[in-house]
Amino acid sequence: MTLARLQQDFCAYLLDRPNRIETEVAGDLEVYHHAYRAQLLNCLRDTFEKSWSWLGDEAFEAAARAHIEAHPPHAWTLNVYGEGFDRTLAEHHPEDPEIAELAWLEWALRRAFDGPDADSVDPAVLATIDWENAVLHLVPTVRLGSVITNCAALWSALAEDETPPPAQRLPGPAAIRVWRKGLSAKYRSIDAVEERALRLVLGGADFAQLCAVLAAELGDERGTAEIGRILGIWLQDGLIAAISDHPSDRLPISD
Amino acid sequence: MNAPFSGFGLGLRPVHFQDFLTRTVPVDFVEVISENFMVEGGRPLHVLDQVRERHPVILHGVSMSIGNPAGLDRDYLARLRRLADRIDPLWVSDHLCWTGTGGFNSHDLLPLPYTEEALAVVCANVAQAQEALGRTLLIENPSTYVTFNASEMSEWDFLAELSRRSGCELLLDVNNIFVSASNHGFDARAYLDAVPFERVRQIHLAGHSQGKTLLIDTHDHPVPDPVWALYDEACRRVGPVATMIERDDDIPPLDELLSELDIARSRSAQARSEAA
Repeated sequence: MTLARLQQDFCAYLLDRPNRIETEVAGDLEVYHHAYRAQLLNCLRDTFEKSWSWLGDEAFEAAARAHIEAHPPHAWTLNVYGEGFDRTLAEHHPEDPEIAELAWLEWALRRAFDGPDADSVDPAVLATIDWENAVLHLVPTVRLGSVITNCAALWSALAEDETPPPAQRLPGPAAIRVWRKGLSAKYRSIDAVEERALRLVLGGADFAQLCAVLAAELGDERGTAEIGRILGIWLQDGLIAAISDHPSDRLPISD
Repeated sequence: MNAPFSGFGLGLRPVHFQDFLTRTVPVDFVEVISENFMVEGGRPLHVLDQVRERHPVILHGVSMSIGNPAGLDRDYLARLRRLADRIDPLWVSDHLCWTGTGGFNSHDLLPLPYTEEALAVVCANVAQAQEALGRTLLIENPSTYVTFNASEMSEWDFLAELSRRSGCELLLDVNNIFVSASNHGFDARAYLDAVPFERVRQIHLAGHSQGKTLLIDTHDHPVPDPVWALYDEACRRVGPVATMIERDDDIPPLDELLSELDIARSRSAQARSEAA
């Protein structure tokens, strides 16, 4: 049997698929069968510590083990293995949407934690920008998620070792943005107008397009005021890495 | 050739980051798990940069999959090269193992059959890695829990031949020798007798646990007496060699590990004076 074939059989054994590896070895294959799953379970526990705490051992482990069987890892790094675990939790707990949302928030914060570095723009440059041709470049760790529950309050309480409040549906759809400022991964619950603006910028809208859309949807006066407010928040939060004002920086809008 | 001595070190683990950033820690080097720092940015690299200003660093990998017949992942090697260029490590190491096939990655150190075919595969991959990294690679003997009927040589003969053919150097994990010797019923001292110590640049020490039927390489206990005894044997066979203690679970306060490292210092000196 070639090395490649032996390895295929070994992997099939790990994944509970038909194989002949037991005829090829002496010793205890079960150590590997167990270690493979234990490693991934520990990875999910570490990545989704607060979801684990919220769900409890039994429910978390049931979802994690189902996820491990359904999603064998493919990347060389375990850093990305948590991708999609929020969807597994949503399938396991369709009546409790805060569980998947809490997991999404943890995952977004984890990805921001060791995502690409980027400095924030110096607000002093604002005065020099040609806003007609301006494009906002956000820090690369920005993620945006829509939520319908108080998952952010749950995360916050669990992070502070406080008793979390009961899970609740929010009065209306809301959004959370996640990013990293310096070395700190952060999140903020945002209102519908900021969410709209952020989706536009993430979709490639330049500043003029952003202004035009908000003016059309909110009216000229309110649109302009909201742009100013949102720009102020983004600058304060360190969300903007750079503002360029060369026409070639424009990208097709894809919102 | 005698390997250059680089002293006694510890693994740098997140639980001790603060100690390493705020204290003068009496180690000659730290070893990090390469993959934990093969990230795009953020706190892990920031901490490593700061620690690097105080201590030499060894990059120890777990995901190269040197036994992959399809060759090594070029993206992985490029990222490891970027980290190595940034950190300027004492050296880069990984394990004699494979981690998956056909796109599947088990994230475990899976055992190789010790065959001529596997030897050719590993030699070719070592050459690919050394070229991509611009450095000599150190290969570590693993703890194993199965042996293959197809094996044509012992692990120690495989490692000796690998080193001779590929030019790689060796990271000798004394605990892994003890664990595998116990699991497969070979003589750990015979293993040491066959090791080409002139190729050994570093030694790992660690603890293990008793599994259902086998010893498991868990790195969750202090170095036990039989592993210390085997370390003494190794030290009698080699000149001063960089030694480090691995602890990855139930990690105690740093001072406990530093005390354990002092034991390594004194046992190494004692064993070498006895051998002189």
